Amino acid sequence: MEYLLLIYSDEKDTAAMPPAERDQWIGAFMAYTQALKDANVLRGSNRLRPTSAATTVRIAGGKTQTLDGPFAETREQLGGYYLIDVPDLDAALSWASRCPGAQRGSLEVRPVWVM
Amino acid sequence: MSQTDAHRAAEHAARQSYGKLVAWLAARSRDVAAAEDALSDAFAAALATWPAQGVPLAPEAWLLTAARRRLIDMARRRHTSETACDRLLLSLEQAAAETDASGSVPDQRLRLMFACAHPAIDPAMRSPLMLQAVLGLDAATIAAVFLMPPATMGQRLVRAKRRIRDAGIPFRLPMQEDLPARLDAVLEAIYAAFAAAWVDPAALDQRRQGLVDEALWLGRVLTELLPDEPEVLGLLALMLHASARAAARRDGAGGYIPLSAQDPARWNADAIAEAEALLLRASMLRRIGRFQLEAAVQSAHAARRRTGWTDWAAIVSLYDGLLALTESPVVAVNRAVALAETAGAAAGLAALEALADAPALATYQPYWAARADLLARLGQAGPARAAYARALALERDPAARRFLEARQAALTEPRG
Repeated sequence: MEYLLLIYSDEKDTAAMPPAERDQWIGAFMAYTQALKDANVLRGSNRLRPTSAATTVRIAGGKTQTLDGPFAETREQLGGYYLIDVPDLDAALSWASRCPGAQRGSLEVRPVWVM
Repeated sequence: MSQTDAHRAAEHAARQSYGKLVAWLAARSRDVAAAEDALSDAFAAALATWPAQGVPLAPEAWLLTAARRRLIDMARRRHTSETACDRLLLSLEQAAAETDASGSVPDQRLRLMFACAHPAIDPAMRSPLMLQAVLGLDAATIAAVFLMPPATMGQRLVRAKRRIRDAGIPFRLPMQEDLPARLDAVLEAIYAAFAAAWVDPAALDQRRQGLVDEALWLGRVLTELLPDEPEVLGLLALMLHASARAAARRDGAGGYIPLSAQDPARWNADAIAEAEALLLRASMLRRIGRFQLEAAVQSAHAARRRTGWTDWAAIVSLYDGLLALTESPVVAVNRAVALAETAGAAAGLAALEALADAPALATYQPYWAARADLLARLGQAGPARAAYARALALERDPAARRFLEARQAALTEPRG
């Protein structure tokens, strides 16, 4: 089954990280990504630019509205994701708990709904 | 064969095999609701064919074959993608080959129980889910036990099963490192079913009363499946000790009798003996836990049957152990009550006072009843009356209410 691991954290925290800590943080993510690759479960992953770079589009009354900023203001923001293919939820939860993102924010684990 | 014989045979097979068959089918399809539907169709087919053709030699295997076919039909009809359908078919056929060779269905109820009590399932739904999936109880019965409208319970059960399927909750035993926590959730769910049924001592609701037996049955199944887990043995011992006193909780007129006033001769000696044997087996495994300690407290109470007295000091120290393990305010209340017996009412009351800030206790009837009793013993009629009023506001059982009202009415104002 494919699961999307959505990494949520407070972007302000991440932005305020001292450089040495940030390097360590990025290093932890690189090691985690490598572990997913070695286990042959990784199907895709990426970081997302902060919500300051987000634009929200919706159509209201037939007109396209474009708004700067995220869809909703929240305490933690989506900062990246991993798409993994594992046998079941327990395996997905086990990978999620090892993700460095879980140390500073939270991981949402969502099964992919195959079309 | 007559219609009634076929009915009886089908009912017998249902009682013996329901959980095993659901577990087997769900483990293959990963879909509890589909497994239940397929099985109920198989039971209907059995009732239609067994009267004419006789009960098959291996009714379990017959039901399984019928349910398996139905499951595959259902998957096809749901327009499940071709590959998913093939995968299901393959998995079912492979497993069927293993089953047919031995003639009996492998028992995978433990996997089903772990799925029902998975951390991704709402804790409040784990117990209802287990009662339905493993025992086949209907939503209305489960709703009556958990004091919920049947339609609400039905919806929540449907949602929980959908969650098992959609989230990919596995039907397998947890990893060794996760086992203690996951097993704890299974034990909690079984105990919740027992406790929910237990609070209806007058057996006003037959369905709730029946659930005491169902929870005991789940506990027994678990001791067969995990005979070397001391907490599994501890839970069954705890439930047996409690159920041994079921009849003694009421007098001839239906009045409530507190444990301390119960006649030990009315306790069920067989249940106590079985509980004691289980507890002994558990203690030899040398891994103490919450359920063993709680069962040990009940065992200390049960000893009054032999000795004629209660070893309150032993009970206090058992509660000390439980408190260290669970930090539960409910345990702390019980400990304070026991302490009042060894160190006096004032010491017990002081221990209760120390808990007054725990938010969970504001609506916990036994806290207020214990407080009222200790205040009354210390001659503080006014505060005792107020505490009884709080306890009464939290009690629904008519017999327990009458008991509290009588105690409240017996309070005498100090003269002066």
